[in-house]
Amino acid sequence: MFETIDYVQASLFLSSGLAMGFGAIGAGLGEGYAAGMANDGLSSRPEKSVEVIKNMLVGQAIAESAAIFALVVAILILFGNASGQPPLKLWACLGAGLSMGLAAIGSGIGAGLAAGKACIGIVRQPANSNRILTTMLIGSSVCQTPAIFGMVIAFLLLFLDLSAIPLYPGWAAVLGAGLSTGLSAIGPAIGEGIATTQAVDGVARHHETYSTTNRMLLVGLGVTESTAVYGFLISLMLLFYGFEESHTLTASMGLLSAGVCMGFGGIGPGLGEGITASLALRWIARKPEDSGILSRTMLVGMAVAESTGIYSLIIALLLIVVM
Amino acid sequence: MDISGADFIRGLALLGAGLAMGLGAIGPGVGEGFAAGKACEAIGRKPEEAGLLTRTMLVGQAVSESTGIYSLVIALLLLFVV
Repeated sequence: MFETIDYVQASLFLSSGLAMGFGAIGAGLGEGYAAGMANDGLSSRPEKSVEVIKNMLVGQAIAESAAIFALVVAILILFGNASGQPPLKLWACLGAGLSMGLAAIGSGIGAGLAAGKACIGIVRQPANSNRILTTMLIGSSVCQTPAIFGMVIAFLLLFLDLSAIPLYPGWAAVLGAGLSTGLSAIGPAIGEGIATTQAVDGVARHHETYSTTNRMLLVGLGVTESTAVYGFLISLMLLFYGFEESHTLTASMGLLSAGVCMGFGGIGPGLGEGITASLALRWIARKPEDSGILSRTMLVGMAVAESTGIYSLIIALLLIVVM
Repeated sequence: MDISGADFIRGLALLGAGLAMGLGAIGPGVGEGFAAGKACEAIGRKPEEAGLLTRTMLVGQAVSESTGIYSLVIALLLLFVV
């Protein structure tokens, strides 16, 4: 017969695999894209190989960091102690693995997109390579923040004292917490990468608008990040709201559904706002004298794109607080 | 866990509400963001037409928002009516 310890041990192994498996997707894609773009550029100007390869490696290292977070979490889960743990630990581990693994997908892709475009920019304008590198670093480090949200939730799920949370409906709350942050991180991180590609391109072509472009890049990245923050918020609520013990399926499904709702709901607005920011930045770099009207339109458009993210937040909050 | 029929139905209705709103939010978010981005691009090219371009962007986004609102309506129906 199975004992609780067997279930928890099995869950530790499965979760470790999920964390590393999902976590490896983004970094692999992103770094491959960066390398491809570097070669694309070098084929036209091989004499710039030192600058381009340096930039490619820096960009790839940042894209790799999300996968390294996933590796650390996977190792922590793998060697976690199953003995004497409550059955809720089984679900908390699954939540931690999913949170970290899914959150790392977008960050790797986003940072890779930025690095690839920066390589092309350096080939085109080697004199601006320092400024291009700086803009790329701003963008790709912001791309890592959704992965860091995922890591924080994974650590909370692994190391928090779960004894105060009843198994029913606690299992759904911890699983939902992992899904909410993990899924909602995918969109914003890729969106931030898309936004950074055009900022990097703009700095390469129009170095005189460097400071305006960087300022507007940060504004765009800040708005794009918002749905990842909602996902993080819903995870924290699911972990700390405090639920009455209830053996009904309704109570469990309400909490799981809140996590799923905010998780999926965060993907679209993040991606869309990233596209908005990227196209606005392209023209802000080209025509800084029009940056007022461009940034206004960008913010109005982003606010409308944000609306479905806010609907998801409302439904998730209703599911947690009212249901 | 002791599950009755009514509880099972109610539980899956709640899960359906989350799925409806969560998945339904993906498309409008991406689509509206794309529309807004293209509006910025167009205003960059012709800033003197900013009024017309912003109006068109908002009308287009309102239409694209509709599926998000359908999802919201279905989610609210699943939560409070069914």
